Amino acid sequence: MNKTRASGRTVGGLRTLSLQAPAVTLLLLWMLIPLAMTVWFSFQRYNLLMPGMKGFAGTENYEYLLTDPALWSAMGTTLLLVGWVLAITVVGGTLLAVLFQQDFFGRGVARVLAISPFFVMPTVSALVWKNMMMHPANGVLAWMAESVGLPAMDWFSSLPLTSIIIIVSWQWLPFALLILLTAIQSLDDDQVEAARMDGAGPIAIFFNITLPHLKRAISVVIMIEMIFLLTVFAEIFVTTSGGPGLATTNLAYLIYIRALLDFDVGTASAGGVIAIILANIVAIFLVRMVAKNLED
Amino acid sequence: MTTTLSHKDAPMDAARGNAALRSKRLRNLGIAVLGWSVALIIFFPIFWMILTGFKTEAEAIAEPSLFFSPTLENYHDVQARAGYFNFAWNSVVVAFGSTLLALLIAIPSAYSMAFLPTKRTKGTLLWMLSTKMLPPVGVLVPIYLIFRDLGLLDTLTGLTIVYTLMNLPIVVWMLYTFFKDLPQDILEAGRMDGASTLQEIVYLLMPLTLPGIASTGLLSVILSWNESFWSLNLTTSQAAPLPAYIASFSSPEGLFWAKLSAASTMAIAPILVFGWLTQKQMVRGLTFGAVK
Repeated sequence: MNKTRASGRTVGGLRTLSLQAPAVTLLLLWMLIPLAMTVWFSFQRYNLLMPGMKGFAGTENYEYLLTDPALWSAMGTTLLLVGWVLAITVVGGTLLAVLFQQDFFGRGVARVLAISPFFVMPTVSALVWKNMMMHPANGVLAWMAESVGLPAMDWFSSLPLTSIIIIVSWQWLPFALLILLTAIQSLDDDQVEAARMDGAGPIAIFFNITLPHLKRAISVVIMIEMIFLLTVFAEIFVTTSGGPGLATTNLAYLIYIRALLDFDVGTASAGGVIAIILANIVAIFLVRMVAKNLED
Repeated sequence: MTTTLSHKDAPMDAARGNAALRSKRLRNLGIAVLGWSVALIIFFPIFWMILTGFKTEAEAIAEPSLFFSPTLENYHDVQARAGYFNFAWNSVVVAFGSTLLALLIAIPSAYSMAFLPTKRTKGTLLWMLSTKMLPPVGVLVPIYLIFRDLGLLDTLTGLTIVYTLMNLPIVVWMLYTFFKDLPQDILEAGRMDGASTLQEIVYLLMPLTLPGIASTGLLSVILSWNESFWSLNLTTSQAAPLPAYIASFSSPEGLFWAKLSAASTMAIAPILVFGWLTQKQMVRGLTFGAVK
């Protein structure tokens, strides 16, 4: 019996290879070819507007980029954006998950309404917020401010990054809520009841039972959100175009400006390499976290 | 003894019970009000967009008001503007095309990971996921140039290929989670009966895990439908899907809020309903089964 199992596994190895080959090969190609090209271009002098100026540039593009204050500002913006949105969505999502776990009238409908923004495409949500919510003259927020006697605010010029953070958080809070709500439903009611009998208040229960129970779900939320938040693009493209100045230019948008607006392939590629390195640093931590979670 | 005691305490118990009940009711009411307020605040921008779609352009920029005579004019206009259906059709083709392709490639791969695991399976899965962490913007330039040279810029084929590869890791991951839930014995029974791997997948695995495959497919459709990086950078007019159409409204001179709202409503409605119907299944697949 054992023997057939063992031999089955060798055959299995071959079968595994052929079954996985398409997916693995395609992803390898998808990853390696553009990556190699990006690295190659990053050492080239290559501007689509100046075809005569081709040639090896050495580390010129990197020097140019690394001494360009725009890069550091873009990195800072990227980290601020990711950090704030993660903080808001994870904390908010956890609190909302606890709220929507309580039994109340029409809970099912309220839950569905609350998770809806996750399914709205980024360009639509950016436009709705820009034109209908945060518009300084006709937006709902301006109207609300005026009706209580406050001056209307021009969100995108006075608080540009905050505005982007609000929009992106609005999109991702429902996602965190969706995952955490599902996780919280598997919480053992008896355990909570026992703790209550022992005189634990709701706050103690939250920190000692609910939060530890949600640990894995929270790490999943952080991982998935991080993948998408590092590359936020449409929300900026539609609302502020990275401005005013560089206030809302993150790495993704900076490379877009260099590549598709300035046609400077060399510098854009160097920026791409830096973005990839940054993402990998983050990814190493994330993969460790997930791998640990997978083992439990 | 017991009877007299309980008899004596009964009125007090009832009073205490009433007070407890009342405070519980009050607490429930508070939670209901809070829960509904939060839900309505979060949903408000979507609600407002849907509402604005039924207003005239003049009403759309007037003082915010819930009371107006609804009109379907914007929906007529948006349809009449030759553009809308082209963009919507592109979205449908690309979203469903890439999803089918991704499922086709991912099912065998997830099958072997779930049922013929090797030492490298977990590593392969994590590697696949890590390709998702590669920021698309890092490889934008090469992809743009490759597509330009292959004539794939602004084509449905090109965008379909990109979306397939973009979603492949998540599709493999979700399918793997669903497949792993299936008891090994069922497939082994099929193998005993002499089913080939292909037969096993098509006649046993796929019917048995259909709900999981469906929700994986739906998430892939949602992600492709809403994707707004590649669609804005790799298409201009011919193959541009809805996110690009909607983004074209961002220039201030072309600002028609009511029409924009109508178009946006039509762009998100199908996906919103899909999302509502499949949310639970999606969560299970997305979280490695870590969250049940």
